[in-house]
Amino acid sequence: MAYPEMMVKPMRDEVTRLGVTELRTVESVDQALGDQHGTALVFVNSVCGCAAGGARPALAKALTANTKKPTHLYTVFAGQDLDATSRARSYFGEYQPSSPSAVLLKDGEVVRFVHRHEIEGRSPDQIAGELLKAFESHCA
Amino acid sequence: MSGHVFHPGHDELHGITVVVTGASGKSYLGRWHEKGNRGVVMKNVAIHDPSAGPTLDEWLAKQAKFGIASTEKMYIVPTEEFAEVRLFAS
Repeated sequence: MAYPEMMVKPMRDEVTRLGVTELRTVESVDQALGDQHGTALVFVNSVCGCAAGGARPALAKALTANTKKPTHLYTVFAGQDLDATSRARSYFGEYQPSSPSAVLLKDGEVVRFVHRHEIEGRSPDQIAGELLKAFESHCA
Repeated sequence: MSGHVFHPGHDELHGITVVVTGASGKSYLGRWHEKGNRGVVMKNVAIHDPSAGPTLDEWLAKQAKFGIASTEKMYIVPTEEFAEVRLFAS
């Protein structure tokens, strides 16, 4: 069930103001992730509490840290932009749908998938730490 | 655990992914919703049956890496089946 856009917009803005490009259509997902080279982070946004309390603040911490970063930053909104999210998940291979989540791809392959179960009950610092480890390992 | 409860009125495990061990030997992996009179209500649940397939450790390792391959949108582990619960995330 999609929530009213006026309720969701601040959750979108919390991510896009970090310089993350929101993908809201199948076409935009294909354009971003099809034939993808380099590194790309796809943040799967969600209305749930662990997105508000953990995932989005962690993303902000990771992207504002003075470390290596993915070349491309994208987000889709699970439960809101259904087609775009489904299409994005088609690029994640055998990984199961999870929201919120953060997926790091390198040359089109998933190299780190931070699942919801790694976000629940953890502090933004802990989650950001996982993202930063992945950036350090895989980004130039 | 941060101690944060997602939704007021629910217990501390609400919304957290857990492994429930059943008296039957089966294990239930999914999000804890609540514990009520009928048993434990869980959401997006995958079930491990020790009589078939990989060992529990192998199965959990796969779920941890690739995500939870849930087969049940909602599942109630009956009170008599519930043995123990632990967090899934290490």
